[in-house]
Amino acid sequence: MKMNGARALLESLKNEGVDMVFGYPGGVVLKLYDEVYKMNFPNILTGHEQGAVHAADGYARASGKVGVVFATSGPGAANLITGIATANMDSIPLVCITGQVANPAIGKDSFQEVDVYGITTPITKHNYLVKDPNELPRVVKEAFFIARTGRPGPVSIDIAADVFNTEIDFEYPEEVNLRGYDGKNPVNAAEIDEVVKAVEKSERPLIFIGGGVTSSDTSEIMRSIVNRLGCPSTSTLMGLGCLDADTDGYLGFAGMHGSYGSNMAIQNCDLLICIGMRFSDRVTGRVKDFAPNAKIIHFELDPAEVNKNVQVDLKVLGDLRESLPIFLDKLDKSTTDFAEKFSAWKDESIAKGNEHVFSWTEDGDKIKPGALISKISDICDDNTIAVTDVGQHQMWAAQFFKAHNPRQFLTSGGLGTMGFGLPAAMGAKVACPDKNVVLFTGDGSIMMNIQELATIADHDIDIKIVIVHNFILGMVGQWQRLFYNHHYSASELKCKRDFVKIANAMGIRAYKLTKAEELTTELPEILFSKGAAVIDVFVPQEENVLPMVPGGKRLDQMILGNS
Amino acid sequence: MKKYFLAVLVENKPGVLTHVSGLISRRAFNIESISAGYTEEPSVTRINIVVSVESENELDQVVNQLGKLIDVIKIVNLSKSPSIERELVMIKVKASKETRADLVGVVDIFRAKIVDVTSENVVIELTGSQSKIDAICEVLSDYEIVEIARTGTIALSRGPVPVKAM
Repeated sequence: MKMNGARALLESLKNEGVDMVFGYPGGVVLKLYDEVYKMNFPNILTGHEQGAVHAADGYARASGKVGVVFATSGPGAANLITGIATANMDSIPLVCITGQVANPAIGKDSFQEVDVYGITTPITKHNYLVKDPNELPRVVKEAFFIARTGRPGPVSIDIAADVFNTEIDFEYPEEVNLRGYDGKNPVNAAEIDEVVKAVEKSERPLIFIGGGVTSSDTSEIMRSIVNRLGCPSTSTLMGLGCLDADTDGYLGFAGMHGSYGSNMAIQNCDLLICIGMRFSDRVTGRVKDFAPNAKIIHFELDPAEVNKNVQVDLKVLGDLRESLPIFLDKLDKSTTDFAEKFSAWKDESIAKGNEHVFSWTEDGDKIKPGALISKISDICDDNTIAVTDVGQHQMWAAQFFKAHNPRQFLTSGGLGTMGFGLPAAMGAKVACPDKNVVLFTGDGSIMMNIQELATIADHDIDIKIVIVHNFILGMVGQWQRLFYNHHYSASELKCKRDFVKIANAMGIRAYKLTKAEELTTELPEILFSKGAAVIDVFVPQEENVLPMVPGGKRLDQMILGNS
Repeated sequence: MKKYFLAVLVENKPGVLTHVSGLISRRAFNIESISAGYTEEPSVTRINIVVSVESENELDQVVNQLGKLIDVIKIVNLSKSPSIERELVMIKVKASKETRADLVGVVDIFRAKIVDVTSENVVIELTGSQSKIDAICEVLSDYEIVEIARTGTIALSRGPVPVKAM
């Protein structure tokens, strides 16, 4: 069928099942947005391109589908960069579509020209510059295939403006044909035999679950394996929710602000079974002393992650959807009674963890962050998605919000992007309108994309925004207290900003909570009311996130403090 | 540090070299040389990389990271199999009446060629292993070298099997 490039792009997106685009128009994408108008293509105009890309990211994290963003050339595209890098670090499938200046203007430093292909190369799974309109359908097909298969990730498509205006003979390809990428990651079952032998020999195994279990949707089978082995388990920040937080023997998440129980178990286990994770420096502590007594096994789709940061003893390459069922099957055939064998070690690990659980100390009628998040976790059901921004509140949320299912705790893990939370929560709600979405943010983070309050109001996106308001860039302040002689250099946030007024001005109702009793008298009603709300919660400034593994220390060298 | 020769077959598309060179710099890999050219298949470009690494593990990282690039079709470590490695150099050296005879002597010993002569200089061309090229550069440094252009090493496996079938 004959149509212009803009229409062909939208038809391609329809073919991919895209039901929402987050974006921001501008000069070179006017033709594209005109077709959006004519087709009534579902889209949300955000307040800033960064908001659009984080929203698409939140949409993808909540649903598992590919998030889609539109932006114009130059500044529009440049504003996507932080969001693309965020998605890339956490392996989130996105297709980011940007307009480029028209073919004849490329390379001439034209108005609003920036080299998107060059800039996005190091932060995407793959990227394209489309100069020939006839290539557009194939490129879109490939981009979605690449974004969602294998290890997911963001793909950028930069499209010269004249491509949108040019008539092409549109036919959407049935399949992709890429010589260097088929999206398949086969498993060698023999590698799993070795793993089973190692498990049979081990006395103190620990299962360590990463975000790969979420992105491969293997949480169910993972739970069966944990159940079958009956050994203790832990997760990374990105792996939160893959196991139900209440699973017997689950010790909480591990790493810099992870649980005492998890970090000690990692250091004391004799077999560490790592599933779909990449040994980030936040999770290993001093890397040469990570799990010093353990044989390390790595189930991993991406061969480049094996032996990248930590040397492993056994690897099982390939798709977890294939390897984990084989693993479970082989465990079932083993003559070892794993649960019996590991039960004492599990009990020991739980008891160790109970020596220092995540906790807070009450302080009169002040609201402690731990109390706030615990309360919300207690009163929210499984139909709730918790989204976080980045900083102290993020770690408190990870510690005190009990995720029972994958895709229930959305956070910027690898890049640690302040400003991620508000737009991501918006995207999550758009993806899952039947779920309750609660955002935990800080008085620092919320300011980074606060313009999206207006978007949320415009589109009646019902999310509850909890600002853990401590009048400081909390994590920066914590490091300054602990390691920089209490020098609050450029970290204190004076108390002049009024989030209630800001929210009201943007068209959102807002509440201020300052006393502990209000967690019971006010909070539940606001949380369960209909429509978006900002809940500005005052908490003390000098609260630390503990435990903490200081940079360069071993996982068992935690600062424990008040717990 | 040990050197390895990698033959990387990639899609012959604009931007592929950006992807490969960008990855190398982003991951801080040590590259001795990189060169690219057409192959017997018009749609395939062959990139020849000489990588310098501390360990086999580091080499695996280079190979695995390159392997993740969508446009990379195949990577073969030619250091693992018998192969021929060659580099081409052209060296412009000042040559007066007094030194010209000496230079011709050097050229003969290295089985190099003089490919351009003026009253003031000669251009010497030599193909060989990297060490041989290093050696002639060293010897010629006794004369006045005006400029040097080297291609970086390319490698081809011995025997009938091409890289694409390895």
